[in-house]
Amino acid sequence: MLNHCFLCRNEDLKEMLESNKESLKLEAMKRIVGLIAKGKNASELFPAVVKNVASKNIELKKLVYVYLVRYAEEQQDLALLSISTFQRALKDPNQLIRASALRVLSSIRVPIIVPIMMLAIKEAATDLSPYVRKTAAHAIQKLYSLDPDQKEHLIEVIEKLLKDKSTLVAGSVVMAFEEVCPDRIDLIHKNYRKLCNLLVDVEEWGQVVIIHMLTRYARTQFVSPWREDAVFDENSEKTFYDSEEERRVDQSKPYIMDPDHRLLLRNTKPLLQSRNTAVVMAVSQLYWHLSPKHELSVITKSLVRLLRSHREVQYIVLQNIATMSIQRKGMFEPFMKSFYVRSTDATHIKTLKLEILTNLANEANISTILRELQTYVKSQDKAFVAATIQAIGRCATNISEVTDTCLNGLVLLLSNRDETVVAESVVVIKKLLQTQPSQHSDIIKHMAKLFDNITVPMARASILWLMGEYCEHVPKIAPDVLRKMAKTFTSEEDIVKLQTVNLAAKLYLSNSKQTKLLTQYILNLGKYDQNYDIRDRTRFIRQLIVPNEKSGALSRYARRILMAPKPAPVLQSAFKDRDRFQLGTLSHTLNSQSNGYLELSDWPAVAPDQSVRIVEVVEPVKEAGAPLLGKSKPGKSAEKFYSDSEEEEEGSSSEDSSSSSSEESESESESEENSDDSNKSSSSESDSEKKKKTLKNKKLQQQKPDSKDRYWSHSVQSHLFFLNKFLVVFKFNLRCIALLLIIITKLFSIHIVLSFSNQFVASCRCSLLRLCVFLACQFDAVSWHVRVSLQASFPVFVPETSHELLHRMTGKGLSAQYRFTRQPCIYGNSMVSLQLTLSNSSDQALENIHISEKSSTGQNIHHFNAIGELHTWTCGSVLFSFSTKEDEFSVSIQPAVGELLVPITMTEADFTKEQGLSVWLTNDRLGTGNRFKNSHLLKYLKRLICHAFLLCYWSMPFLSENF
Amino acid sequence: MIHSLFLVNASGDIFLEKHWKSVVSRSVCDYFFEAVERATEPENVPPVIPTPHHCLINVLRQRVYFVAVIQSEVPPLFVIEFLHRVVDTFQDYFGVCTEAAVKDNVVVVYELLEEMLDNGFPLATESNILKELIKPPTILRTVVNTITGSTNVGEQLPTGQLSVVPWRRTGVKYTNNEAYFDVVEEIDAIIDKSGSTITAEIQGVIDACVKLTGMPDLTLSFMNPRLLDDVSFHPCVRFKRWEAERILSFVPPDGNFRLLSYHVSSQNLVAIPVYVKHNISFREGSSQGRFELTLGPKQTMGKAVESVLVSSQLPRGVLNANLSPSQGTYTFDPVTKLLSWDVGKINPQKLPSLKGSMSLQTGASKPDENPTINLQFKIQQLAVSGLKVNRLDMYGEKYKPFKGIKYMTKAGKFQVRT
Repeated sequence: MLNHCFLCRNEDLKEMLESNKESLKLEAMKRIVGLIAKGKNASELFPAVVKNVASKNIELKKLVYVYLVRYAEEQQDLALLSISTFQRALKDPNQLIRASALRVLSSIRVPIIVPIMMLAIKEAATDLSPYVRKTAAHAIQKLYSLDPDQKEHLIEVIEKLLKDKSTLVAGSVVMAFEEVCPDRIDLIHKNYRKLCNLLVDVEEWGQVVIIHMLTRYARTQFVSPWREDAVFDENSEKTFYDSEEERRVDQSKPYIMDPDHRLLLRNTKPLLQSRNTAVVMAVSQLYWHLSPKHELSVITKSLVRLLRSHREVQYIVLQNIATMSIQRKGMFEPFMKSFYVRSTDATHIKTLKLEILTNLANEANISTILRELQTYVKSQDKAFVAATIQAIGRCATNISEVTDTCLNGLVLLLSNRDETVVAESVVVIKKLLQTQPSQHSDIIKHMAKLFDNITVPMARASILWLMGEYCEHVPKIAPDVLRKMAKTFTSEEDIVKLQTVNLAAKLYLSNSKQTKLLTQYILNLGKYDQNYDIRDRTRFIRQLIVPNEKSGALSRYARRILMAPKPAPVLQSAFKDRDRFQLGTLSHTLNSQSNGYLELSDWPAVAPDQSVRIVEVVEPVKEAGAPLLGKSKPGKSAEKFYSDSEEEEEGSSSEDSSSSSSEESESESESEENSDDSNKSSSSESDSEKKKKTLKNKKLQQQKPDSKDRYWSHSVQSHLFFLNKFLVVFKFNLRCIALLLIIITKLFSIHIVLSFSNQFVASCRCSLLRLCVFLACQFDAVSWHVRVSLQASFPVFVPETSHELLHRMTGKGLSAQYRFTRQPCIYGNSMVSLQLTLSNSSDQALENIHISEKSSTGQNIHHFNAIGELHTWTCGSVLFSFSTKEDEFSVSIQPAVGELLVPITMTEADFTKEQGLSVWLTNDRLGTGNRFKNSHLLKYLKRLICHAFLLCYWSMPFLSENF
Repeated sequence: MIHSLFLVNASGDIFLEKHWKSVVSRSVCDYFFEAVERATEPENVPPVIPTPHHCLINVLRQRVYFVAVIQSEVPPLFVIEFLHRVVDTFQDYFGVCTEAAVKDNVVVVYELLEEMLDNGFPLATESNILKELIKPPTILRTVVNTITGSTNVGEQLPTGQLSVVPWRRTGVKYTNNEAYFDVVEEIDAIIDKSGSTITAEIQGVIDACVKLTGMPDLTLSFMNPRLLDDVSFHPCVRFKRWEAERILSFVPPDGNFRLLSYHVSSQNLVAIPVYVKHNISFREGSSQGRFELTLGPKQTMGKAVESVLVSSQLPRGVLNANLSPSQGTYTFDPVTKLLSWDVGKINPQKLPSLKGSMSLQTGASKPDENPTINLQFKIQQLAVSGLKVNRLDMYGEKYKPFKGIKYMTKAGKFQVRT
């Protein structure tokens, strides 16, 4: 009948859905959604509903989507009817419609459409709208759970999306990564720094996921900061990289934190101020698992703050604090009062607070804690009182000074009216007495007196055990208790019976005269007990203590077996073993490994190659440079300087992003001007394209064959690899371009390093009028980008042009000009050759012209990376008769962009590939969503790359005095 | 992440279910009901309940349980925080988040849940964004919609989704431009038997109601920012600026929001504005107990203490209470043994008191525990920590907004042990 009625109603709905009126349809859909919400089955309306999937009314359409997602799994064939609508919607100009179409399409769990979904995801992953890309990231997980065989393809999409710069996408794609391929940690390397820097701007839910992922990542990539002898001053940051090589040689070297490790800690710290409790917890666990111990204290306040939040939040936070407080009492001790229990707290909150208070107890604060615990004992919540008594017991065992006080307090509780309180006290006293039984025979006597009134089995059993164990201390009372037990034996609980048997056995051995008959009586009762445990025990005890012909050697040892001194039980926290789980996880809360839990690995003994995270550098270049350097000067490795500068930049970029809007707009306009410049230059370049091509080809032939092989004749993939990397780098640097430009226009200095070898300096006597010096220099990647915008109008391919470096007026007679020779540099492929022409227009000879090495000392690195390096010339003081001080001239070189590129040859096919890439480059995925106007710059870059057949190549910055 | 959501009312009925992945049978809630049964009070239900195949994480708000079904590892706080955010959103939309409100607006609720989670991962939780996607139901709009056939659902992607300030929508217009800030401080304290303070701390929030046209950029500065020990911000606040200058600089969301919550450093002594004199005693052998309670103001900086409410959970042995208040009304529930006394305003000249006797079960021994007294009160025009807003400036827009600031002190978890 009821069923019939329901069907009638469905007929009614069907009619409404098939009518022509939108409003009726909508009304019907609303009712259907109401049915779904109540959990009623509305699946038979599927055909009628699915017809409306292409409705113009957006609310109706959305409700149809809701229905479809709910029932498509059950009605797979009919669901397929709707697919074409979604495919059409995926091409809609409205991004919201594209996104929701993808959402629904991927939520329909119909295995047949897997290929369609895959296609849609791939397309959406390159969509212009970050919102659609975010939806694509979500769809990845859905497709993966529908068809795990797609994993490989999905990983490709994830890899692509991980490179996305939009904060909207970051959280979702990391979520997909965690779900689909959490073990592919290598995908993170290149994006690590980007994720760290974006983190603050990501939406809060994404932050949680990213932080958890980065915690895991950091545990595999950095060495432990928890070394005993660790040195922790902030200054050590300056010398980071020194350690890298030496650490392998000498383990006792003080620990110095990897800058990337530091970056993570620094960028997550502000998030402790988040309003989202999950974010605060995530950061706290990150600090707990990753930070040096002395930095851990920053999380304490924030965690305590969370205790003001909802009951459920409190519960989770307290659990985590409980685990932390076992290992590190000091962290929470100043906040002890925040863990005082209020009568309005829920029971599970109370017990957790108690747990923490107990963990925090030490000699200094125990009296305060005990006073607090005393008030808890009077609480109305009996379960809580029982927990309090346990806590007092733990305090008593942990801190020997108060053991007696606690014991006396507990004995007082024995006269409490509430049975659970008494019982719990007995159990705790029993444990305490075990540690020092001799002095406390009066307590045992007292408990024997209470025995008649206590009915809680556990407490009775405890008293019996005490009697048996210490029967020597109470020789008169124990047999009497046994007598009473013999009377009531049959009506006792099993646990009490077992202890009675034990007591009987022990008394039989120590005082057989008085108790022989009683024991035999009890053993006989036990023999016919219903519980086999007790029958078993009885049989065993009888064989053990009553000597007869059958019992072997064992009975001779009966006394030693039964009366052996027993180690006192250790009262410890229930949270002791929870630290095997990562804090803040579900597994930690449940104290059992849940599905999909990803274990936090131990710190590696030796840090894996940290260069994998460097995005700016084309890798093979570095490989070439490193060994050369390593031989000559192990102390200063290339990475050192490099990453340091990088660090600095990141700092500035983040500052920049948070600086006030007025400043930003100013800098933006400036960069626009510059990019206009670059546009002009690029047009001039394309004019001279042909000329350039031939030139480049020639150059290439001159190049050493081995280097050519190594770097430029790789497969297309490697080109792609380089180019990709270049783009990533470039994107990154755009962030800080606004700030850098301001500085440069003011100071007009440059980040380059000129280096001479010492020998060379010696031979460079300037008695001649003119001198040509060939230099090898390296250009910092950072300054290079700046140059792109400033100096792009130089006719880059005319090698004859030389530029003034030092005017004779400023140089006090010495003038210098420089020119790019475009010869392959003999000192390494990471460098660019430079011809310096020095002339002396004064009438005195200048001697000992050399390049000051001041710029390359460790001291200056930090400084000049921030504002641009000052390269200096020094004229020796000896021959400068007119000057007593040494003269130093600061000069700057502004290389044109083309000078930093290395020509290559390519097949036609390769070129088209590259062109394809550059089309990809113009796609706004690079530029959308960020605040920097870089499209001009990018356009310029693109032309530069594809027209000139160049694969970009520039040197990594590094310093050395060895040239 | 979040697989499904069940809404359960106080009597244990599931009145709404929503699934983001494959359907999970509602029988999974049986484990939850077991836990509810085991718990003596609704608050005592553990927030995380493991079951063989799933894990149930629940949140209790206004006598409705929100039970989320989890299948794999996820930070539990993530789910809890999200569920609370869902409740907040419902409150924002319907005024309250009760069973009735949800049932009345089931379609909007469903649309909201659909937008807030995608595949169990939060998609849009910012109320400004949601309101552009799904307009809150009002009577007027319902009428208009039925006549014109227009819908409550937005057709464009909310501007906030893609902007740098996702919390603010563009194109906001008001005729009266106003910005109000409420500084509300709560005193959490435990006072012991003798009247001395065991622990006391001040937690404060600044709630704002900003109705300003365009994209205003506000700065709020304090006279004494050093007082703020630990703070958490709405995402709109520029953290760097706070770090450097101790100034709150932000582009505000439109409407009501919580700008800041803070904790006043524990070094500062907390002024306790109220004292309680009590004498609650039971005599051995007699079936009567004495009950005396007097309240008085203390350190209130000359401000009146208002809306005072005293509540206390009396021992189980108490059968009834026969009391007479000098002002206000009191109630005693013989079943839950909850005594509550609505005092109203404290007049310093004539202190309010509640005196009388309690009758105990005859024959039962005297209860060995003493009840704790929970206190609620409000003091207008006073921030008990002494925090003062210095000035509020607006940049980026030309008009002159109307600015207002209000201070209030409330009792948080204020307990007196007897």
